[in-house]
Amino acid sequence: MSAIVKLDEVYKSFGSNPVLKGVSFEVAKGEMIAVIGASGSGKSTALRCIDRLETIDEGTIEVCGIRVDDPKVDLHRLRLEVGIVFQSYNLFAHLTVQDNIVLALRHVKKKTRDEARRLALAVLEQVGLAQKAQAYPEQLSGGQQQRVAIARSLAMSPKVMLFDEVTSALDPQLTGEVLRVMEDLAADGMTMLLVTHEMAFAKRMADRIIYMHQGKVWEVGDGTMLDNPQTPELRAFLNNGL
Amino acid sequence: MIGGFTTAHLLYLVQSIWWTLVLSALAFVLGSIGGFAIMLARISPRRWLRRTALVYIEAIQGIPLLILLFIVYFGLSVYGFQVPALVAAGLALMVYTSAYLGDIWRGCIEAMPKPQWEAAECLSLSRWQTLRLVIIPQAMRLALPPTVGFLVQVIKMTSLASVIGFVELTRAGQIIDNSIFQPFLVFGLVGAFYFILCYPLSRWSQSMESKLNVGNR
Repeated sequence: MSAIVKLDEVYKSFGSNPVLKGVSFEVAKGEMIAVIGASGSGKSTALRCIDRLETIDEGTIEVCGIRVDDPKVDLHRLRLEVGIVFQSYNLFAHLTVQDNIVLALRHVKKKTRDEARRLALAVLEQVGLAQKAQAYPEQLSGGQQQRVAIARSLAMSPKVMLFDEVTSALDPQLTGEVLRVMEDLAADGMTMLLVTHEMAFAKRMADRIIYMHQGKVWEVGDGTMLDNPQTPELRAFLNNGL
Repeated sequence: MIGGFTTAHLLYLVQSIWWTLVLSALAFVLGSIGGFAIMLARISPRRWLRRTALVYIEAIQGIPLLILLFIVYFGLSVYGFQVPALVAAGLALMVYTSAYLGDIWRGCIEAMPKPQWEAAECLSLSRWQTLRLVIIPQAMRLALPPTVGFLVQVIKMTSLASVIGFVELTRAGQIIDNSIFQPFLVFGLVGAFYFILCYPLSRWSQSMESKLNVGNR
């Protein structure tokens, strides 16, 4: 079985407000999947459920053979398999760029100081920021901070990476530099699931696009689906974006 | 004329400052240890632990320090534990300080953005690692001004130890005043000494606070 992430009939409510109403999809190894949809369609929640930042009410979620919906799930193991990057970067402000990456390598992966440092520089090189290793997050642009966040996640060598609207806080130019890093990752065969508003990027790069509407998977297809929407909801969504 | 204020009196007052400092340090160090434990209990995922800590904080914050001193000093002696005044005062101040510091620090920890916790946990750091390596180092910046501010309170509150006979600055002033009866001069001096101890700390706390605000702007 090659599905790395598998959601099956997932239901989730916040109080009396249902957010996910029977969401099912799979992400195969090496696939890049873009989840699009209006605010409140449940796409970010679905992503957060996969890394168990939210618990679900019904259904099953499986990541690399780990049952995420199991109340006794080994979170440590799960999160070694899953990397996640947030819209707000969430770098540790008191640590340098390098130490942001070194921290988990040292304390979770138990690497030696030298090993961790070497690995940190390698992933920073990969996102084009090796020269910023000694800078503090507040000294970087939003785009640079987001690339560091990607590097930090990448350094843990996850099997799948989740991206939660990672460019939504950035201007077009900074968005471009972050998307290029993600493009490289995809080219390297990383399994990626991203929630995004970057339609052009989704169309060009994603193996499949999932359109979510009102807590359900409304339409699934490849890049051409954006030119030829099958449902009036997706058509309306795409038109509003123009 | 009962007698004049001499250099011997002044020297006695200055020496007694030492004991005020010792008692303050004792209260602060022990109170910090206790306060840290209270803070941990307050943010614990275990409900009963959070509840217990909350009851402790509310109970202590609702009792005058003077009464705590009486309970420890006189209360213990009834049961045959004759503790020296310094120990009793240190113990009472520790109990008092830990309740306040625990509450102050809990506030600082909880003021840290939740996404910082999430980011750390998503890197597989354990809860304790997250607290120790990510949250506390950042919360410390926030905690320093109110902590130093509270230290000023502690220094002033050590004067209450005079009522159980511990000779610190205030008690030394009383002793001198009893023999020369010049309360305005003697207690004026005592007050001035407290001010000299506290004022630099208050200023320090204030300057840190304004620096912090610049960072937040």
